[in-house]
Amino acid sequence: MQNNGEPRKKIVEVKHLKQYFNAGRKNEVKAIDDISFDIYEGETFGLVGESGSGKSTTGRSIIRLYDPTGGEILFNGQDISKIKKHSPQMLEFRREMQMIFQDPYASLNPRMKIKDIIAEGLDVHHLVKNDAERDARVEELLDLVGLNKDHMTRYPHEFSGGQRQRIGIARALAVKPRFIIADEPISALDVSIQAQVVNLLEDIQKDQNLTYLFIAHDLSMVKYISDRIAVMHNGRLMELSTSDEVYNYPLHPYTISLLSAVPLPDPEYERHRKPHPYDASIEDESKDRYLQEIIPGHSVFASDDEVPMYREMAEKAHEKQPVNPAVLPGD
Amino acid sequence: MEKILDVKDLEINFHTFAGDVKAIRDVSFHLNKGETLAIVGESGSGKSVTVRSIMGLLANNSNVPNGQIMFKDQDLLKISARQMEKIRGNDISMIFQDPMTSLDPTMPIGKQVAEPLLIHNHMSRAKAMERAEEVLELVGIPNAKNRIKDYPHQFSGGQRQRIVIAIAIVNYPEILIADEPTTALDVTIQSQIIELMKELQDKIETSIIFITHDLGVVAGIADRVAVMYAGKIIEYGSVDEIFYDPRHPYTWGLLNSMPTLESKKLYAIPGTPPNLLNPPKGDAFAPRNEYAMAIDYEAMPPFFKVTDTHYAATWLLHPDAPKVQPPAEILRRHELYHKYLAEQAKGGVPADAE
Repeated sequence: MQNNGEPRKKIVEVKHLKQYFNAGRKNEVKAIDDISFDIYEGETFGLVGESGSGKSTTGRSIIRLYDPTGGEILFNGQDISKIKKHSPQMLEFRREMQMIFQDPYASLNPRMKIKDIIAEGLDVHHLVKNDAERDARVEELLDLVGLNKDHMTRYPHEFSGGQRQRIGIARALAVKPRFIIADEPISALDVSIQAQVVNLLEDIQKDQNLTYLFIAHDLSMVKYISDRIAVMHNGRLMELSTSDEVYNYPLHPYTISLLSAVPLPDPEYERHRKPHPYDASIEDESKDRYLQEIIPGHSVFASDDEVPMYREMAEKAHEKQPVNPAVLPGD
Repeated sequence: MEKILDVKDLEINFHTFAGDVKAIRDVSFHLNKGETLAIVGESGSGKSVTVRSIMGLLANNSNVPNGQIMFKDQDLLKISARQMEKIRGNDISMIFQDPMTSLDPTMPIGKQVAEPLLIHNHMSRAKAMERAEEVLELVGIPNAKNRIKDYPHQFSGGQRQRIVIAIAIVNYPEILIADEPTTALDVTIQSQIIELMKELQDKIETSIIFITHDLGVVAGIADRVAVMYAGKIIEYGSVDEIFYDPRHPYTWGLLNSMPTLESKKLYAIPGTPPNLLNPPKGDAFAPRNEYAMAIDYEAMPPFFKVTDTHYAATWLLHPDAPKVQPPAEILRRHELYHKYLAEQAKGGVPADAE
């Protein structure tokens, strides 16, 4: 991301978002517990965390598959968190924001032809006038994602996982969105196919000036694709910075633990890797913690009195060469 | 080194309406006592079918036209179903991928862990439960004594996988087969399960076949690695040889498509694996291989020897083949390897002495 002195335009602003399930009842779950972050136009924002951390819920709340319990979501400066279902505003907003799902087997209707799957958005938004125009647009989209027009009249079961994910991408692109939420788009794919899909997503992003929210648990791929990364745990953001900062100078113990658990394809590194266990008790409720900027562009979930400690840590880390926490001597 | 399992010339077909799928095409490998062998490959490469044939768990539409699986002087493909039952879960046991579906949701976990003891060792129920409790403790279920009457849904995903492992090891098997045991788990839990498997291997002296597509996991757990593609093993060697000095272009492609800290553009192997209804005549990887030569489309490459432990099935290793430059990432790995070897030769601490 280059920044030519001008302030970058924020495309999404999440402010104190809360998403509770079974709110007020005994089995209340605070899936998202007061998170705030911005996504700039043209960037890829990575959201990582373990299962149950609330990362998928965050994506689903932003695209309004859920009604947020609290907080605001601004898209292009406009609050979308209170738009009513089935309203014209909702339709308009959903044209600009699209989603790519994790499971390419479950996210395509097995009884629909590929061209109808891809064109569904075109039909809903009345973006094409007639069948010829519709077919032409579908052809164009298939070509864009590396499939060909012979595939138009086939059904999902005739495709491999990688091809299905390409179809899912074509469907998301059909309505010319500006912002795409990709929820674990590659975790169901084989290694060699993952790289193909990631490259495709990157090419399309450059081509169409798209903004991505990339949700994943595979940290090495998130590092590769993202400009900035937020680490999520128990419904809260633990750390947020550029991907290089988060990987090379992690500050929050949870991030350090998560990074130290990632196995790399390097036997010698693996022989010396020591996972750092995470003790969640440091998130105790006795102090009021929130995401605070420690050094410019690098925020950590901390209480006011913990900030100096993190600041010292960050300064010390930057004096030295970047190190992966996993090869540091254990305590 | 003592071979505990020897698979020779294995071929497996699956009969389907569309024709016979040649899932395993002439696979040979062995497992040494006490080691961990990782079998790596994409979905459909035949890694799961291979180990299922060892367990005698192939689907009904399969047939095995050729091959031997030798375990303790008997061919597991020839013995009767009853004899196989004595071996399965006793001498050879298996950990499955999905801990959600491989446990019986209607049976308390203690009973599930004790089941192999009741069947194979004819232990008394009380004794078996006692032993189940010990093993659950061993795999790290906290407070196992009070939890043996709990049901699977009362445990988290990582704990459930520990229970599955407890069932697999309760009889101290000589061979433990783990089919993607950590794929469904988060990285932090994955790292705990792998540590557990390493510890258990030392404690109960078992040999492990570990199946995965995650090269990071392989680098951490394997002694030796076999790479499968389109129903064949295309390269095998020690873990260092495969990760630092790979010779088959498919292995190059796999290692190259993983993002590293420096990568600017991700390498993607073009195309998709072949349909095994009609496997190609020559090297199955040839159409996706930028180093393919004319002969790759004509004839299947035999294994060429790289070292005593390292073999690769690619025509590039033929003495008459032109010299090719591997991708930059592979050269980088090569350099790393030489650095490690030089450090070790200097009398430094051997890399694996922790």
